[in-house]
Amino acid sequence: MEAAHFVIFVDFVVPTLKSQLKTYMKLTFKEKSILPGFGLSLGVTVFSLSLIVLLPLSALLLRSSRAGFSGFLETLSQPRVIAAFKVTFSSALQAALINVVLGIVVAWFLVRGRFPLKRLVDALVDLPFAMPTAVSGIALTALFAPNAPLGAFLAQHGFPVAFTPRGITLAMIFVGLPFVIRNVQPALADLSRDLEEAANSLGATRFQTLTRVVLPLLLPSILSGFTLAFSRALGEYGSVVFIAGNLPLKTEIVSLLIITKLESFDVTGATVLAVALLGLSFVSLFLINLLQARTAKYFGN
Amino acid sequence: MKAELSITRSSFIENAILTIVALLIVGTLILLPLLVILHAAFAEGVKVWLASVTDPDAQSAIWLTLGVTAIVVPLNTFFGIATAWTIAKFRFKGRTLLLSLVDLPFAVSPVIAGLIFVLIFGRQGWFGEGLIERGIKIIFGFPGIVLATLFVTFPFVARELIPLMTEQGSEEEQAALSLGATGWQTFFKITLPNIKWGLLYGIILCNARAMGEFGAVSVVSGHIRGETTTLPLHVEVLYNEYHFTAAFACASLLAGLALVTLVIKTIVERNSSGSWQ
Repeated sequence: MEAAHFVIFVDFVVPTLKSQLKTYMKLTFKEKSILPGFGLSLGVTVFSLSLIVLLPLSALLLRSSRAGFSGFLETLSQPRVIAAFKVTFSSALQAALINVVLGIVVAWFLVRGRFPLKRLVDALVDLPFAMPTAVSGIALTALFAPNAPLGAFLAQHGFPVAFTPRGITLAMIFVGLPFVIRNVQPALADLSRDLEEAANSLGATRFQTLTRVVLPLLLPSILSGFTLAFSRALGEYGSVVFIAGNLPLKTEIVSLLIITKLESFDVTGATVLAVALLGLSFVSLFLINLLQARTAKYFGN
Repeated sequence: MKAELSITRSSFIENAILTIVALLIVGTLILLPLLVILHAAFAEGVKVWLASVTDPDAQSAIWLTLGVTAIVVPLNTFFGIATAWTIAKFRFKGRTLLLSLVDLPFAVSPVIAGLIFVLIFGRQGWFGEGLIERGIKIIFGFPGIVLATLFVTFPFVARELIPLMTEQGSEEEQAALSLGATGWQTFFKITLPNIKWGLLYGIILCNARAMGEFGAVSVVSGHIRGETTTLPLHVEVLYNEYHFTAAFACASLLAGLALVTLVIKTIVERNSSGSWQ
């Protein structure tokens, strides 16, 4: 009797348990799918992501911990560092805000405007994405330097651009503009005109329709365009360094200061700056995302 | 109907103002910089342009850039397809986490992307001493440039494919599999033809960034002339030495690359809107 029980247990109960355990584990980790290759593609993804992105980034955190709290405090309280963070964040914020205004206008034109060469303009909008940053940098400098026609004209009228904080903002506007346009454009195209017609037929003026009906509906896409432009501007290096003038305390951005520290063999200082820049940009992105969630809730989507 | 439409259709004057303002924005911010590059590149004639581009240092910079791209783009294309297949075709725990981790290089400043490889392979880095003892040069050498470029271009292909493959779903693949096709047959005969335009665009973007990357490469390259200066770095070196015409001549090559990228993008978008809808 005992032996028979054992046989039943081994031959029947164990495999059932095993297969049940297997399906249970599979179901909790991954939904069933008849498509093959999950293990292989997940393996390749995790392997490449870890090797190329995650492990190198973890080096940054590990290395910065070597500086310790006092090391962080010491580096981040240097006047030159504080000035660099101020210039970088204020320029990025200004650039992103200006980009929202310019981006909405261009997106509006691309969706609603009537112009024979509209498709050409539409294609050109992505140029800042495709152009290497160093090339954009020297081109903007050549345009807005005091010895160039446009730069000279602006400087004579009390608005010098190159080699001032305005130059930094300008370069950040250049790299960020497509983000706002490409986020607002599809949202505007999807916008049903019935709503505007309804507002109009109920007696709203065109201005009221725009500010009370259209802009609130575009707000989520405007915010995500703003976020992307802002985050790109914070880390931007190539297009900024040529036009900035790079004067310590005045027109020196954080990315450049990281390189300067690295070149003077202050690896720990460079690491601390990098962690601070990454941390601050993640915090601001998080706050903007929070704001975005709030507005989405407010307008009921 | 016509009366209704005229409410949202802007008047002639409104349209004219909108067009002028939009063209002014795109013209000064985007078109003018492009024209300045071309103008400055050919300011002293085609001969000088040709001499600048065929200069030995420029030539080695071009070949270095092509070499880096030839390694980085195929690798990241392969990784991008695998990532997109995992994230778009399956639902599993940690999927959204994986999705945001793939985007991570976009959120990291290029300078920091270069720095992290210096921290690992540099003189004062983790493996620094061991590498020096064995005479292996990663930072200030070709491998470092490849690694930094791999990092910054990692998300491009996956970013293009994930929304596309998610939208397409997997009914066609399921049909092929239930009719007896193997996994690889399904991928090459069903999935690949469906995603080819998106894939092409992802590769083009990855290629443009790989050839044009400046910040990350600048940190790891060491700017050794004729050895570790990629084309964008060569532009910087020439510019800082006040060889403006030569700098803009080399920059015009990269601007040309950007224009080709935009043209291919436009073609891809036209083709894809036909086949997906």
